[in-house]
Amino acid sequence: MRRAFSTLTLIASLAYWPTGPLAAQDSVPPEAIRVGITYTPGVRPGVVMLPGNGLDSVRAIVARDLDYSDRFEVVPTTPGQSVPRGPRTVNYQLWRNLGADYAVDLTPDPIGIVARVHDLGGATLRQEGRFPLPAPGAPEFRMVVHRISDEIVRWITGQSGSAASRLLLVEGTRIWLVDADGAGRYPLTSAADRALSPAWAPDGRRFAYTLLGEGRGPVMIQDLITGQRSAAPGASADLNITPTFSPDGATLLWARSGEDGTDLYTADVGRNCCVQRLTVGRYSDNLSPTFAPDGRRLAFVSTRPGLPQVYAMAPDGTGQELLVPFDFGATGPSHAPDWSPDGTNVVFHRELRGVPQLFVYDVAARRVRQLTSAGRNEDPTWAPDGRHIAFVSDRSGRRQIWILDLESGRLRQLFSPGAARLPAWSRRLAP
Amino acid sequence: MHTSTRLALLALLAATAACGAKPQPEQPLPQQQPQTQPAVNADSARQAQEAADRQRRRADSLAAAARDSAMRANAAATNAVTAAARAEAERMFADQIHFEYDKFDVRPEDQAILDWKARLLLANPSMTLRISGHADDRGSDEYNLALSNRRASAAKRYLVNKGVPDDRIVVDSYGEERPLDTAATEEAWARNRRDEFVLTASPATWSLPTP
Repeated sequence: MRRAFSTLTLIASLAYWPTGPLAAQDSVPPEAIRVGITYTPGVRPGVVMLPGNGLDSVRAIVARDLDYSDRFEVVPTTPGQSVPRGPRTVNYQLWRNLGADYAVDLTPDPIGIVARVHDLGGATLRQEGRFPLPAPGAPEFRMVVHRISDEIVRWITGQSGSAASRLLLVEGTRIWLVDADGAGRYPLTSAADRALSPAWAPDGRRFAYTLLGEGRGPVMIQDLITGQRSAAPGASADLNITPTFSPDGATLLWARSGEDGTDLYTADVGRNCCVQRLTVGRYSDNLSPTFAPDGRRLAFVSTRPGLPQVYAMAPDGTGQELLVPFDFGATGPSHAPDWSPDGTNVVFHRELRGVPQLFVYDVAARRVRQLTSAGRNEDPTWAPDGRHIAFVSDRSGRRQIWILDLESGRLRQLFSPGAARLPAWSRRLAP
Repeated sequence: MHTSTRLALLALLAATAACGAKPQPEQPLPQQQPQTQPAVNADSARQAQEAADRQRRRADSLAAAARDSAMRANAAATNAVTAAARAEAERMFADQIHFEYDKFDVRPEDQAILDWKARLLLANPSMTLRISGHADDRGSDEYNLALSNRRASAAKRYLVNKGVPDDRIVVDSYGEERPLDTAATEEAWARNRRDEFVLTASPATWSLPTP
C-alpha cells in the first residue's frame, strides 16, 4: 500500500470525514464552529491502467471512472508504453516501483472485452471478467463501460463504484440528464415548460418532477426513454412540489400547496389511486420528503418550529418528530434533506450567518457535521456509493453542480457550462 | 411615486370626476329639535327650521345648476380627467407589497396599499384578480415556492378580511423563479420578496373609491 498524502491542507471548503474531531455541532455557538479544513492522510491503493493497443476510448473512460471513485491513486503511464500481454507476463516489479498496488489490464475479446486486475504486491491475478461491448457509437456504450469500471472497483475494494449512474438536474427551465462523469448531457423536458425538482423512480426508467405553469402545476411522471408523461394521481389544481418515490417505487410522496399552506400527500402510482394526506400544517408548511432506504421512515422539512427544520415520520404520517437537532433562536433554516443509500446519514443544507452550507446528520450517533464553508452550497443528493454528494455551489461564481467525496474531501465540478441546480442522483443503473 | 402622494392625487382626480359625473344627492336634513324642547317654543322653532330648510334647498339647487352648466361646458375635459383617474387607479392596483426575509405577514407599511385595493374591489363587484407571490433566491428553490404561496395567500386573506369575496381572488406561487432584480444584494432581495397583483376581469367603467 502506498501512502497517498502527507497531511494536506485543503484550500477549498472540504470536510473531514468520518473520523475527525468535531466539525460542527448545533449545540456549539456559531462562532465556535470549526470546519475540518485539514485532514489526516487517507491511505489509498495505487492503481495503474496498463497501456495497450486498441480500446483507447474504453481505457480513457475506465481510468477516469477509477479516478472519480476517489478510492485510488491513479498512477499515470506514458502513452504508447509497450508492455507484454497476458497474466503471466505483467512486469509486477516495474509497476510496483511506480507506486501501484493494482494493475488494470483491458484487452479486446471476440465478444467485447476482457478486464483483469493484477495484485502487484502478491504478484497474482486478482480477478478477471469478460464483458460484451457495443460499438463505441452506440447509445449504451458509455454506460456499459461505466459498469465495467464499477466491477473493477468492486474487485479491488469489495464495494462497487457508482460510475454507472446518472444525475437529473435543472438548467434554465428544463430538466437534463447527465452521466455521473459529466458526459452525455441532454434535455428531457421541453424548453417551453418550466420544470423543477426532478426525482428518480427506483427503476431508473422514470422520473417525477414539478411542472410549474402559471404559478401552479402538477407533479408529472415521465418515462426517460419514450418521453411519455402523465400527471401523478392526486395532484391538486394548485401547486404540487418536491416529489419523491418510495424505495419500492409503488408510492409517490409530494407536497401540495394551497391557501392553507403546504402539506405532504401520498398516492399509489402503480394503481393510480389512494391519495392520502400525511401532514396537517395549518400554520406550518411541510415539504421535501426523502425516504430511508428501508422505506419505513422518511425525513421532510417542516416550518412547525417557526422556521424550516428537518423532521421525520413513518410513511403513513404517524410518529412525526424532530429529526435533526437545532438550537431554537440560534440555528438557521434547514432545507433539502436527502437520506443516504445505506440509511446511516441525512445530508441537508442549513443557513449559517445567512449563507447555506451542507451538513450531514448521523442518524445513529445523532450528530450534525458541517461539510462546506466556501461560497453558498445547497440541495445535496447522495451518489449510490453513499460516499459522494452532488450539490449546488456558487464557489466558481455561478450556481453549478459540484461533487464532494466525503471520505477524501476531494471536490470536482460535474461539468462546466451553464448554471445548474436541483440535482438528483440515480441508483446504479442496471442494463 | 410615493404612495401617500398618489393617494392624494387620486383623491383629487376622483373628486373632480365625481363632480363632473352627476349631481351629488341631497344632503340629509339636520336632526329635528330634541323632544325635550319646551312646547311653547315649538312653533317659532319650527318656523325657523323651515326658513333654514328653504334657504338650503335654494342654495342646493343653485349649486346643482352650476354643476350642470360646468359639466356641459367641460364635457371633454371631464372625460380626460376620468381617463387619467382610471389610469392612475390601474397603476395603483399594480402596486406590489413586500416582505421581510423568510416572512409572509403583511407589513404595517403595506396595509394602506391593500386597504385601497380592497375598497376598489368592493366598489367594483365584477372585478377579479390574481395575486402572485415571489421570493428572493435565498432559502431553497423548493421552499421558496411554499413561502411565496404563503405570501400570496396572506395578501388574499387580508383582502377577504376587508370584505372582498374569497372566490374573486386566486393565488399563484413563483418562488424565486421570476426575479425582478438578479443582483445578490440586500436591495435586490428586498425587491424580489413581493406580491404582484393583476386584474383578471374588470368592468368597462370603474367606480373609484373615495380615498
